[in-house]
Amino acid sequence: MNTEIPGIVFIFLVTVVIALPFGKYCSKIFTESKTWTDFFEPLERLIYKLSGVDVNRNMNWKENTKAMLIVNGIFFLLAMIILLTQSSHPFWNPDGIASMEITTAFNTAISFMTNTNLQHYSGETGASYLSQLLVFCFLQFVSAGTGIAAMVLLFNALQRGAKAELGNFYKLLVRSCTRILLPLSVVVALILVWQGTPSTFAGSETVVTLEGDTVNIARGPVAPMVAIKQVGTNGGGFFGPNSTHPFENPTYLSNIVENVAIMFVPIALVFSFGFFMHRPRLGYAFFAVMTMFFVVFTSISVYVEMQGNPAITALGIDNSPGNMEGKETRVGVAASSFWGVATTSTSNGSVNSMHDSHTALSGGVFMLDMMINAVYGGVGVGFINFFVFVVVAVFISGLMVGRTPELFGKKIEAREVKIAALVAIAHPFLVLVGTAIAAFTQSHDPGIGWLNNPSYHGFSEMLYEFTSSSANNGSGFEGLGDATPFWNISTGLVMLLARFIPIVGPLAIAGSLVEKRYIPETSGTLKIESVAFNAVLLCVIIIVAALSFFPALTLGPIAEHFSM
Amino acid sequence: MSKQIKKEISLFEPSLVRKSIKDAFVKLNPRAMMKNPVMFCVEVGTVVMMVVSIYSFTKTDQGTPVYNMTIFVVLLLTLIFANFAEALAEARGKAQADTLRKTREETPAKVIEGDKITIKSSSLLQKGDVFYCEAGDIIPSDGEIIEGIATIDESAITGESAPVIREAGGDRSGVTGGTKVLSDKIKVQVTTEPGESFLDKMIALVEGASRQKTPNEIALTLLLSGFTIVFLLVTVTLKPFGDYAATPITIGALVALFVCLIPTTIGGLLSAIGIAGMDRALRANVIAKSGKAVETAGDLDTILLDKTGTITIGNRKATRFHPAPGFSEDDLMECATLASMSDETPEGKSIVELATRKGYKHPALIGGSSSDFSFGLPGAKVIAFSAETRTSGIDIEGRMIRKGAVDSIKKLAERNGHRIPREIIDVVALISNNGGTPLIVTDNAVTVGVVELQDVIKPGITERFERLRRMGVKTVMVTGDNPLTAKYIAEKAGVDDFIAEASPEDKLAYIRKEQAGGKLVAMMGDGTNDAPALAQADVGVAMNSGTQAAKEAGNMVDLDNDPTKLIEVVEIGKQLLITRGTLTTFSIANDVAKFFAIIPALFIASIPSLQALNIMRLTSPESAIMSAVIFNAIIIPILIPLALRGVQYKPIGASALLARNLLIYGIGGIVVPFIGIKIIDLILTPFL
Repeated sequence: MNTEIPGIVFIFLVTVVIALPFGKYCSKIFTESKTWTDFFEPLERLIYKLSGVDVNRNMNWKENTKAMLIVNGIFFLLAMIILLTQSSHPFWNPDGIASMEITTAFNTAISFMTNTNLQHYSGETGASYLSQLLVFCFLQFVSAGTGIAAMVLLFNALQRGAKAELGNFYKLLVRSCTRILLPLSVVVALILVWQGTPSTFAGSETVVTLEGDTVNIARGPVAPMVAIKQVGTNGGGFFGPNSTHPFENPTYLSNIVENVAIMFVPIALVFSFGFFMHRPRLGYAFFAVMTMFFVVFTSISVYVEMQGNPAITALGIDNSPGNMEGKETRVGVAASSFWGVATTSTSNGSVNSMHDSHTALSGGVFMLDMMINAVYGGVGVGFINFFVFVVVAVFISGLMVGRTPELFGKKIEAREVKIAALVAIAHPFLVLVGTAIAAFTQSHDPGIGWLNNPSYHGFSEMLYEFTSSSANNGSGFEGLGDATPFWNISTGLVMLLARFIPIVGPLAIAGSLVEKRYIPETSGTLKIESVAFNAVLLCVIIIVAALSFFPALTLGPIAEHFSM
Repeated sequence: MSKQIKKEISLFEPSLVRKSIKDAFVKLNPRAMMKNPVMFCVEVGTVVMMVVSIYSFTKTDQGTPVYNMTIFVVLLLTLIFANFAEALAEARGKAQADTLRKTREETPAKVIEGDKITIKSSSLLQKGDVFYCEAGDIIPSDGEIIEGIATIDESAITGESAPVIREAGGDRSGVTGGTKVLSDKIKVQVTTEPGESFLDKMIALVEGASRQKTPNEIALTLLLSGFTIVFLLVTVTLKPFGDYAATPITIGALVALFVCLIPTTIGGLLSAIGIAGMDRALRANVIAKSGKAVETAGDLDTILLDKTGTITIGNRKATRFHPAPGFSEDDLMECATLASMSDETPEGKSIVELATRKGYKHPALIGGSSSDFSFGLPGAKVIAFSAETRTSGIDIEGRMIRKGAVDSIKKLAERNGHRIPREIIDVVALISNNGGTPLIVTDNAVTVGVVELQDVIKPGITERFERLRRMGVKTVMVTGDNPLTAKYIAEKAGVDDFIAEASPEDKLAYIRKEQAGGKLVAMMGDGTNDAPALAQADVGVAMNSGTQAAKEAGNMVDLDNDPTKLIEVVEIGKQLLITRGTLTTFSIANDVAKFFAIIPALFIASIPSLQALNIMRLTSPESAIMSAVIFNAIIIPILIPLALRGVQYKPIGASALLARNLLIYGIGGIVVPFIGIKIIDLILTPFL
């Protein structure tokens, strides 16, 4: 019949197959073992020297957290300054882009620092090439690196015989960029250029179309930006329409490459945990739990999208290609749905179709995916989020086997449970309270003009925006007038809190675990590789993450679906 | 075990239930409820519903008064049920303790003051007082014998009918109040202030007011609070969501949703589970000094067990006679019997017994009496075991009959110009290799043969060790035997490791070594010299017959003085944790069905298409909400028996156990409320 389904199966299998060895490679990077990329060392040493930090100082969790916050604070300030002064950029602004409005700049700076890349501006008209490269491209590297570095600090703490000193954040940040993100981005960028993605400093081109219209075609250093946007689960596109734009994602092949790049590092990092702990099965088990969600979400989304929109069928219009509204013909329905699930799973946020135009259920699946936010998840932080679920699951299942709970030989006690609970609450808190405020405002001031669509779909637009911000995903449901001070500031704050609470919390747990006495395993100890434990983990994720959003989803996509 | 004359209290003993119902109302005091965040939230919800019920008589926008009153009453019942569970667990624990305490109340004590004896009531005894007991007296208080020896009937406490010997100075100098002196006289020093005995401490642990939460209970409460906060957010934000969707949601529905979603089942039963765990320990005649000790018992990795009395029955027994070349078995039996007749040690007695079983009975034994050490043999001279010669025996009719270990007999023979035959040396080696102890018997320094003594392993003990191994607990045998014998018995009994020629210091060192490797270690002991090891162990169980020092050092006291009690203690600890875990799982899994009952009910009026989510096909929004809250309430009393009895522990390996409990309590927790809510809805429908 059609090749759409084999196409997405192919993307998934390729990703997993190459992620396995890459996961092993990553674990070598984290343990600073010898690898073929050691030729980057001089470059790294240069960076250490220029930055003037002592990368050989082993730091405890608090010192590392401080380092992370300071570095990110500097990134934020840098981004703010550049975005607010665009109009006076001396070079790399051939189209004369104006300075950004202050709340949009605030939102954008936070958005890129937090690896969210929610874009309340449009790249073609809102950002100079200098901003694109120095702010967006740069932050897409270091924000992803921040996530990986934080994750490695956690890895180190879970290791047997871990000390209070977990490593050096600065060094991990640099090495994550040079050894993992940079090589991959180069490969992806080259493929994209081959497929037709522009990479130039020339300003927009004016052409006359066959119809005789004169149009300005925006271009710029697109390929490198698109590469890191996918590799680093960033999702911040060069152009407003992101990877639906033919320059960002010109062909079906480029679509495959970008989609693989979206999932590649998150999956590899899950495997790398198994290799790092010398318990590869652990990586496979966690991967299996995540994949369970991924497969179910993909199946639902692909199925409902291929069914097409019943309202259109009712009009007597041929709906056989599926729901093509808001989708690219060169990509098709299945690959659009698959990308949608991949991008919301991994906290990437780039889109190759308009999520707003997906059927209600498909849009709901995307939201649910971000509500869980640990199905592979963002680079580094995905695993950290997942770790919080592991702590909760270990606590419950430890009790069920008659031992006070322990994780990697360390007792999980009141302090760890308290932090894990707070982190687990943060995401629903930010999403639900944010949406509640928006819904309240909207219902008391219907003329505020935020929503393109009334009713359930309008609710979904608000819910999606906060979910995407809190999941540090950054994709937009669109249809929402989001470049207003309310949305800029509220989602800005949500992104900030949703980024750092889930990193600092688990690091605090790590810091408290390393202080504890190590308890060797006995046959009474629960093996967290076991099927039974992972079943508990699955249930915990469903109940903690999914069920708490069930009422909200009911009023949005579910009500819309049943009303169709 | 012989001590099963247990004072079993039935689960819903009417007198306890009556008292608990009353307590359930008393416990509604918000200050008491505050200790349990989940149930406190329910209480706040109940108060809100009370106000809404009153309001609904005046205005119609919050639903009918009947509807609101029903929710109010059901929420109140939820609270009462939870309080009742806790009150019942407390009452049972107290009743258990009271039966033990009753035995020691108001017994007259013969207190020695200077040189005269005054009669005092036992309740007036102070620490340091010395009293005196003779045959027939009930011992008025816990204490330590400072003078004398007595046989004591401890059946009132332990259920064990055989009397025990307690004497001053040794490791068996402790006496328990309420037990009865059968023979002889003793002077006892009171070791505790009134109201501060271990039993009193235990009672305090089950009583609500002074009960301290255990570390694991605190952690679980935090987790449950986390869930509560999440569901509070879910409920509160529904209000503006509803406003946006032009769907008015009544306060009653929101409160009902909130109470149903928060883990009230485990929240309501949590303290009952903890108290019941202590109660189970008490029913096993173990007094735990803290709830933490019981919890820790479930985590034990290594337990130290004394060989004698735990793994083997009493002492070694004679099992075989090996005559020397030139002698018959009868010759050997005659000499061995003569040499052992006056030997009061268990080994000596067992030699006589074995010979008797084999048909040999010395004429002297027939008419002899145990008080006459010459056993009707005039002119016989009993040679008791002495540290110098390291042999014992009898001089009779010119014969010098001796028995002893190889080394000492060798010296004896050589002094008299004899040698031990080569064959005997071989037999001796063989016996030693098999874990036995050889005793050589000589007649005028001529070797007559060897008596083989063997340890007898308790029947069923191997299976218990196997069970422990499956739980992941390592067993270590502690013995004074030489390493060779120890190894043999260890292998035969199936223990994982042994400490041979053990001194109390060795025990302490072993515990420290295990703990350094992160293991949790338990041991049982009775002697003062065991005290440091008992204190060092994560779970130290002192025998009640032991010295005060030992009892102070340990964190549990075993009233039965049963060395295998550690095994039960481990299971009690595991059972406690498992009950918490499974009920938590059950409670949280229930939410799935409750979502499907309440969420459609909230919105169906304004979004009729959401009827599709009403998969249980509940009659109306009101009946759906009421069914859910009613189910939420009645599940608590339904689970009380499980909470109090505890979920059984099965040593089938951690993963299999988890799979099993997940299947029963996880899947069960999802399915049961679907059925339950539907049934309640069917029952309610005609009334609405």
